[in-house]
Amino acid sequence: MTKLRFHIRFPEEKIPEPVIYQIGHEYEVVTSIRRADVRETTGWMDVEFSGETEEIERAIAGLREKGVLVDPIELNVVE
Amino acid sequence: MAKMKALICRECGKEYPTEALHVCELCFGPLEVKYNYDEIREVMSRASIESGPKSLWRYKELLPIEGSPTIGLHAGMTPLVHAKNLGAFLGLDELYIKNDCVNQPTLSFKDRVVAVALTRARELGYETAACASTGNLANSVAAHAAQAGMQCYVFIPGDLEAAKVLGNLIYRPKVVEIEGNYDDVNRLCSEIAGERRWAFVNVNIRPYYAEGSKTLAFEVAEQLGWRAPDQVVVPMASGSLLTKIWKGLNEFQKIGLLKDVSTKVNGAQAEGCSPIATAYKNGRDFFKPVKPNTIAKSLAIGNPADGYYALKTVEESHGAMDAVTDDEVIEGIKLLAQTEGIFAETAGGVTIGTLRKLVKQGAIKKHDVTVAYITGNGLKTQEAVVDSVGRPFRIPPSLVKFEQTFGQQGAA
Repeated sequence: MTKLRFHIRFPEEKIPEPVIYQIGHEYEVVTSIRRADVRETTGWMDVEFSGETEEIERAIAGLREKGVLVDPIELNVVE
Repeated sequence: MAKMKALICRECGKEYPTEALHVCELCFGPLEVKYNYDEIREVMSRASIESGPKSLWRYKELLPIEGSPTIGLHAGMTPLVHAKNLGAFLGLDELYIKNDCVNQPTLSFKDRVVAVALTRARELGYETAACASTGNLANSVAAHAAQAGMQCYVFIPGDLEAAKVLGNLIYRPKVVEIEGNYDDVNRLCSEIAGERRWAFVNVNIRPYYAEGSKTLAFEVAEQLGWRAPDQVVVPMASGSLLTKIWKGLNEFQKIGLLKDVSTKVNGAQAEGCSPIATAYKNGRDFFKPVKPNTIAKSLAIGNPADGYYALKTVEESHGAMDAVTDDEVIEGIKLLAQTEGIFAETAGGVTIGTLRKLVKQGAIKKHDVTVAYITGNGLKTQEAVVDSVGRPFRIPPSLVKFEQTFGQQGAA
């Protein structure tokens, strides 16, 4: 079992969609939301995904396919 | 009692031991160092500082190390230049340049944060230093690791310019080019930092690393004769530097070394990568990440880790932010060089360009004691100005030709 932390961002058009629910159904990952700020035009969440590493990677790819932006919890580490 | 009390979450306030941790396990907020200011006040005075080493370690009581410094012993105490010529040009009576172009050993302010990060990393038992960087940070980590005899890994994007790769290779770290875009480099480095027992200076050591930036506030206050400036102009990449300059000034007040701190903290970005300045302009308390497109590569962080905190700092200090075009960056570099003889890298052009704008807007006034932070040396980014500095005069080896060109008095 792996646990990985991410900062995910929703563009305006994705705000109404139940993206986290969908990811839990489509992939074998459990999502734990630790902090979030979702508004009318933008939104972000700090989350932890638990599951097999490959399955988490598939879930990340799935999120990106849906138009959700996924970054490491540290945001940019390249300086 | 130890001077470091704990690491504390900037969001929920949960405390952690002073180990290699950077994210709150509870809310995933970033951690920073919490100090025992009552203890520090007892041992730190203006006199004790003035009798300390001519480096940033004269402030070691307010830096996150437990013993004596071991790495980066020559960083800091760079000149604070009273920029009379540039001040006259801009209409400022008391303009100062904090000149980290000459910071040691790699000519950028990163030598401050790396000195602190690797000294702490050694204390925590690390033998390998690492970072993900496209420039100044990689130079500094590689140089310090070489001097300290530590293993070193530097991760860079696969398409980095040859000159920048060379600047790292000379210190013989393991330079790892990662195929893929900037986001891929970012993600992989975060994952590696979680897997290996390495001191990844700007990931798992970040709470200690970032504290080194406070010395830019400490030094300025001391060099101004123990007073805080009225205004500072600070370039923003991750936003960390700006927040730590504010933290440093307030710490000096907290332990009684400064009476009054009413400094306005101003942030500078390049328009081609200005997520924080754009949020400020639009009156938002959050920023939208961007894809960087600017010559100011050392500030090109599109999704800045401390962007939110930089916005809060500027609001709290009643400062301002602005951004400048690449042409204004070049103009800023030239203006600083031609008035003060200081050749700054592109980040310095951003700072000077933004300073000009803030003066024009009336945010910075004639009599304000103003400090512009110049964070890196122009010799590192010569490509930015190569087409805008003119050409040499070319003459045959003849006195007659020389005089025809320059006149009898030597003026062209």
